[in-house]
Amino acid sequence: MAIFLTGESRILIQGITGSEGSKHGRRMVAAGTKVVGGTNPRKAGQTVDLGGTQVPVFGTVAETMAATGADVSVVFVPPAGTKSAVMEAIDAQIPLVIVITEGIPVHDTAYFWAYASAHGNATRIVGPNCPGVASPGKSNAGIIPADITTEGRIGLVSKSGTLTYQMMYELRDIGFSTAVGIGGDPVIGTTHIDCLQAFQEDPETDAIVMIGEIGGDAEERAAAYIEQRVTKPVVAYVAGFTAPEGKTMGHAGAIVSGSSGTAQAKKEALEKVGVRVGRTPSGTALLVREVMRSH
Amino acid sequence: MDLFEYQAKELFAEYGVPVPRGSLAVTPVDARVIADSFAAAGTPRVVVKAQVKTGGRGKAGGVKVADGPDEAQARAIDILGMDIKGHTVHSVLVEEASDIAQEYYLSYLLDRAARTFVSICSVQGGMEIEEVAHSNPEAVAQIPIDPLEGVDAAKAAEIVAAGQLPEQARAGAALVAERLWAVFTDEDATLVEVNPLILTADGRVVALDGKVTLDDNAAYRQDHDRFADPTAADPLEARAKAKHLNYVKLEGEVGIIGNGAGLVMSTLDVVALAGEAFGGIRPANFLDIGGGASAEVMANGLEIVLSDASVRSVLVNVFGGITSCDEVANGIVSALGMLAARGEQVTHPIVVRLDGNNAAEGRRILADAGLASVEQVDTMDDAARRAAELAASGQRAGAPATGA
Repeated sequence: MAIFLTGESRILIQGITGSEGSKHGRRMVAAGTKVVGGTNPRKAGQTVDLGGTQVPVFGTVAETMAATGADVSVVFVPPAGTKSAVMEAIDAQIPLVIVITEGIPVHDTAYFWAYASAHGNATRIVGPNCPGVASPGKSNAGIIPADITTEGRIGLVSKSGTLTYQMMYELRDIGFSTAVGIGGDPVIGTTHIDCLQAFQEDPETDAIVMIGEIGGDAEERAAAYIEQRVTKPVVAYVAGFTAPEGKTMGHAGAIVSGSSGTAQAKKEALEKVGVRVGRTPSGTALLVREVMRSH
Repeated sequence: MDLFEYQAKELFAEYGVPVPRGSLAVTPVDARVIADSFAAAGTPRVVVKAQVKTGGRGKAGGVKVADGPDEAQARAIDILGMDIKGHTVHSVLVEEASDIAQEYYLSYLLDRAARTFVSICSVQGGMEIEEVAHSNPEAVAQIPIDPLEGVDAAKAAEIVAAGQLPEQARAGAALVAERLWAVFTDEDATLVEVNPLILTADGRVVALDGKVTLDDNAAYRQDHDRFADPTAADPLEARAKAKHLNYVKLEGEVGIIGNGAGLVMSTLDVVALAGEAFGGIRPANFLDIGGGASAEVMANGLEIVLSDASVRSVLVNVFGGITSCDEVANGIVSALGMLAARGEQVTHPIVVRLDGNNAAEGRRILADAGLASVEQVDTMDDAARRAAELAASGQRAGAPATGA
């Protein structure tokens, strides 16, 4: 089953002819992902070679969907074009759009989120500024390395790309059902809570790892959700205990403002509802092992 | 990027939001000259306001009323050079004093949880809005703003009515609300706050203070450089920025280089945790060199990190995801060569942890290079401990540690 992305997912790439789009398109195809098409209005009718697989280029998302049956879009277009690219995907009512692009102005993200809401949230948005979604052994949509780990029964949701890879690597012998990189921006389409809900409902996921970081109160809200709705074991890690107040730490959303958004507050909120929180990534992986053994 | 009050007010004025007349002074004599011109225009009473990017400056004595040029100069002498919560006052805004009848609060900000914007409006201004929200929550109105709709005259009227502003202030305040929304969207701001928004004795609505935060992600389509503040930036942070490095200076002894914002934040935490056993060794910086980790980026990163005089050891923590570790290892070898060629021989111990994609090959490359300053450790936790230990002991890498 996995969540959001399965072996049947048919993927299109917005920005397939660009350097990032074609590079990661090749990697996705090499991982066995069904990349069925891509868009570039100026190169419609051409094909792109993704490591030996010829993938057709269309003018719009709607045309690509009609011709190929694509049901997932991965967006690699640069920040200046991302807002209109995502709105185009929403207009085409594609079920899932994964926005990899980093550096999008938050007014643009708030706008396309509002646009999706006004269209009944028929399109799930993951990201922006995220590594994408990987269901090992089934499909890989984004830039998460496909060869770190194999299929397994851990679900992972994370604000951070490299911490996602690190955690998948530490637990590569156990394997993952799906890893979702939700992104480090202040406004994101899919939240920790959305993923917790999906993993809770997924029969192929036994335990959930949640990786958070400073900024906002998404982890605190996730803790409240876990207390009420999640019966599967959850292990968490939070990064940024040493981050100073008022400084953006790499991710646009990773900032402690005054006394809000601290790692300590997030850790406490999670522990209060019975979530075990690791002190280091390795320590967190050990906690997951314990949970999986006793499951 | 946060703006100074005077910059925020310049922006407000561009958008037609009423602000008091005033000018910036960097010396007491400047302040006197500005006050002179106000006195000549018939308004000798001025306010001298410290320009610092932090709250609570009034309580700290950074805002003073002055009657005439002599007092303005004296107050500027008091305030310039003051330290307010770690911020040195380099300039003061000298403004005509306002005849305040009432004080309100008005802001637009990003509501991360709701994934939209919100306006906060209150009839009780002049103090911290969090305090008002705590002591008198019904006096603080929060009005969600749909980004697709924005704030037109009708929405602006709704905002000031929700904030319970009195009838005589509503038309003026609504106009301010509409124009501040234009500031918020057109300038790509994530915060526009006016506290207090005042009603003057003669019935005008004026922004007496201004706080604006701009979205750094929008710098490509905005002219944010015009607000740059050379006095505030840490010199190392400024140098790093010029080299397109994502660097934040901290107070500590272990220089940190890693890839990916989350992993680097985590590395800081793990070093601080390990450092507890070595007398409180701390990470010296945040530096995310991104996915590529080319030799040049690594060299620039090492140069910046090692320029920090408090750094006594360096931890390079890389997880090879898309990047393979053999490329990273080659990058480190070339980087040390580049630094040596620039005449900056690296003498600090460098602990390297490579893991992930092609880690074995990366480790072999580093080992074969036989670099005296480089010591490899296989796991993140052990690498952090070793880097902290080396920083505490001042030992050369590779030499047996004798403890803290």
